[in-house]
Amino acid sequence: MFNLFLDDAAALVVVLPLLISAIITFMPSKIWPWIISLVTLVLHLVLSLHLLKEISISGLIIYEFGNWEPPWGISFKIDGVNIGLQLLFSIFALISTFYSRKIFLSEIDSRDSGKAYSLWLLAIGSLNGIILTNDIFNLFVFLEISALASISLIALGAGQNRKALLAAFNYLIIGAIGATFYVIGVGFAYAMTGTLNMNDLVIQLAQYSDGQLAIFAGMSFMLIGLMVKAAIFPVHIWLPPAYSYAPSAVSTLLAALATKTILYFFVRLLYEVFIIYPSYLSLFLDFVLYPLSLLAIFIGTLIAIYQDDIKKLLAFSSIAQIGYITLAFSLEDHSGITSGFIHIFNHALIKGGLFMAVGYFAILQKDRVTLTSLKGFGYKYPITSFALLICGLSLIGLPLTNGFISKLYLFQALYTNQMYFSIALVAVSSALAVAYFWKIVEQMWFSEIKFKLEKEDAYIYLPIWIITVSIIVFGIYSSPIIEFSNLSADYLISGYQN
Amino acid sequence: MVGGLFIIITSQNYLKKVVGLAIFQTAVFVFFVSLAKVLDGTAPILTKMENAYSNPLPHVLILTAIVVGVATSALGLALVLQIYRNYETIEEKEIQSLELKSDK
Repeated sequence: MFNLFLDDAAALVVVLPLLISAIITFMPSKIWPWIISLVTLVLHLVLSLHLLKEISISGLIIYEFGNWEPPWGISFKIDGVNIGLQLLFSIFALISTFYSRKIFLSEIDSRDSGKAYSLWLLAIGSLNGIILTNDIFNLFVFLEISALASISLIALGAGQNRKALLAAFNYLIIGAIGATFYVIGVGFAYAMTGTLNMNDLVIQLAQYSDGQLAIFAGMSFMLIGLMVKAAIFPVHIWLPPAYSYAPSAVSTLLAALATKTILYFFVRLLYEVFIIYPSYLSLFLDFVLYPLSLLAIFIGTLIAIYQDDIKKLLAFSSIAQIGYITLAFSLEDHSGITSGFIHIFNHALIKGGLFMAVGYFAILQKDRVTLTSLKGFGYKYPITSFALLICGLSLIGLPLTNGFISKLYLFQALYTNQMYFSIALVAVSSALAVAYFWKIVEQMWFSEIKFKLEKEDAYIYLPIWIITVSIIVFGIYSSPIIEFSNLSADYLISGYQN
Repeated sequence: MVGGLFIIITSQNYLKKVVGLAIFQTAVFVFFVSLAKVLDGTAPILTKMENAYSNPLPHVLILTAIVVGVATSALGLALVLQIYRNYETIEEKEIQSLELKSDK
């Protein structure tokens, strides 16, 4: 029985959360939806670990739905590129679900608990689908399910602040335009090649080796659509309000996982499929992605400095961090892709931890967390504040944290490509990150008035500290993350050569 | 396609934006279906005679995309309704001025 369960692990990691999501929708209970979600995600983690074991033996799993062979049926592909991300996804989803209970209880109506967790699992299942799918149209479906689920989750923040509705609406419109652009691109690609399977697409595209206008148009549409969804710089405007007005638990999940999975697919499309046209690819990377990443890093950090609202500050810093990731991916070599993946892992942990800590502060003071309201929190709530401090230092990139490893590899990759200007810019922007983070630290610890210690909730600070400890552990013993990222880069680059 | 995008960008009314989005998406669906047409093709039904038939796959894809589009529109309209209940208007300019007032 259990073996039967494991045989379909590749499909079940997506299907299980989606199925359970439907079941718990109408549960009136306050606590059962949470317990069921937690059990589901424990199973999800078991399945992911099983996939890791399989991958370490065989190196590649292609799961064909309904046993239709790949060019015709939909298939999932698990290989070195996505197994690391799958594992991170599974672990972080479990931790943030554990964290979410108390936060949801205080931020949304407890009768809505079943519906909230239903959407929560829907978002997790469909984002996981984005990681695994090997079919470009299937990706669109997962993209839209995850977008609709996260929009509804963001709109749940309306109980706290009605601006959440506007943020959700803007995300809906901009996100739907992005997704529709992606579909137009898929249409062009399908018209030229007659296939939707990514591996088959590469083979079919090879016959147009000199390039066709329709294909380039299709590729551009697909890339622009994905850029909107991944919040790459000029099309990022939906992200800051969406993250800052969503309920705190939702911001945690979205900031850590949502844009990351789409960035992963973006890079897979670039280096697995579009690499067939090296001239188009390098044109896109050098003249679109590279300058936009630099702008994102610089402008995102600058805007973050002037934010008063902490969640907004973190959201703008996310824009800058996505810029670091795309900058690394735009380098078009092994070291660049590796450092991009390293930063995907590390930034998911860092931003997740930061949003968790800030979310806890928000429910403690029952108001939005602004700079001034943080006064003396370092003395009042030392446990959570200290975790926030460590996550923040890691965001800046201090040694002994995993943020340092990211920066180190990024600098190395930039150095081997002799991009001295970008090195300078990344260094300056890291220094500017100190500026906005220092403002928070100053408010929390350096104030004249003495505050007395207050009690903190172990259910909430436990998951925060799990993340924080992992940040330090991966800062000192970083080889797992580096190995997974190396593996991803190996597969992406060698996949083309085979 | 462009008409729908134009409505989304220019209109100040949230309801009109949702409608513009629906038009934009429908245009893309028609584009997909038109790709499938084979000249003199019939419906892809297995018969004794050998006929040229249109490619059914884009239709199936669009069936999925229509479902997604309906869900998007429904969620968009639900959000517009909630915005109306909270702000008592769905005009972008009026809401912006309301928000500016409440920030002060």
